[in-house]
Amino acid sequence: MTADVLFPTSADEASSLYGDGTDITVVGGGTILLPEIAAGRVRPGRALMLHRAGLDTLRVDGDRVVIGAMLPIAALLDAPDEALSRVAPHLADREVRQGATVGGNLAAPAASDAHRGDLGAPLIALGARVRSTGAGGDRLEPVEEYLTGDRDRRLVLEIDYARFERRTGTTSLRRRHAHSYSIAAVVACARPDGSDLRVAVSGASPTSVRCRTVEATRDANDVLSDVEPVDDAVASAEYRRAVLPKLVREALDQLELA
Amino acid sequence: MKLIVNGVEEAIVSPPLTPLLHVLRDELDITSPKAGCQQGGCGTCTVLVDGEPRRSCLTAVATVDGAAITTVEGLGDDGALSVVQEAFYNHYAAQCGFCTPGMVIAATALIDRKGGEVDRDDVLEALGGHYCRCTGYIKIVDAVIGASRGDVEGVRDVPVSVPGEPEVLPKGSPA
Repeated sequence: MTADVLFPTSADEASSLYGDGTDITVVGGGTILLPEIAAGRVRPGRALMLHRAGLDTLRVDGDRVVIGAMLPIAALLDAPDEALSRVAPHLADREVRQGATVGGNLAAPAASDAHRGDLGAPLIALGARVRSTGAGGDRLEPVEEYLTGDRDRRLVLEIDYARFERRTGTTSLRRRHAHSYSIAAVVACARPDGSDLRVAVSGASPTSVRCRTVEATRDANDVLSDVEPVDDAVASAEYRRAVLPKLVREALDQLELA
Repeated sequence: MKLIVNGVEEAIVSPPLTPLLHVLRDELDITSPKAGCQQGGCGTCTVLVDGEPRRSCLTAVATVDGAAITTVEGLGDDGALSVVQEAFYNHYAAQCGFCTPGMVIAATALIDRKGGEVDRDDVLEALGGHYCRCTGYIKIVDAVIGASRGDVEGVRDVPVSVPGEPEVLPKGSPA
């Protein structure tokens, strides 16, 4: 099936084995990749399996929360911030969440019929950063820059964000089935005094998007200046354009800012 | 690699990226986990990995090296049905039966996790990733709630196949 399977036992060893990402397939939780391998559509020459690399923890380090790329999404149900703990139960189902990982959710490319990556919005709204390595060396960058940058041959190692008192608004629209990707999902976070407002959208376009215009104007209708909705198997762009301002308004209302 | 499958330690020779489902079915001849959609969407391959329900089709065997795996073959004692299996039987919660192994495993995990009576919302959350194309789910939900209450009559009149005789069918559904 595969010629060479590597089992790093630390993040440093994983980074070293990954190198510049040439001819290596990263196996995180496997929930996206394994069916492709089993069906023969992906045939790794070398596979890097990360389950022993010590990247599966969530820790509070002073005023920062640090999430390893291999943390199962199931663990986010107990995350210390509502942006994550309220969104995580809507990702896939109980069994899949046990295997699927935070890093995989961020790193997975869009599927042929839908756009993955529902954790993008809560992480952007929390102001999270991604630490990755690979071609071009180590990088530490905001999630929104990681998602819109060149993700080819990058290995996600950790995600971190600053902890402070926040209010959180989350809204989403999806079909009534556990495995449906979001039609659109919105997360908004701000300090109780209304400062540091961050708003992000997942599911409506190929990657999650930070809504800087909405953050500046606080007008939900401006979301269509930030997000360019697309057609896919889940919903039409027209429908997404119609519902997005309503979802953003509801998320902002949940913040109960003066 | 090794697995402890239904209490028995097994040395595994399949390659590391082989789905646990195929290790169970093809290497160990344990066939209750079904190869349904094989992309995580249907639920019938669900098994317990160290007590937690997981999709065996999405789980590379190397990632569960050394773990305790429980399948339907490992439920119940000495050939008797488990409470969840009895409840599925008594509530007519299976028709073709293809989804039943995953449903029974997920329901068993739910009841263990809750440690007592579960309600309809608990069941819908726990079985939300499981497809049944026959029953309409109502009897399955009723069976899981009944099992959590210990509300099982015991199974009587279990049909027994006799070699050479036509297959004995279970008593018919009242629906």
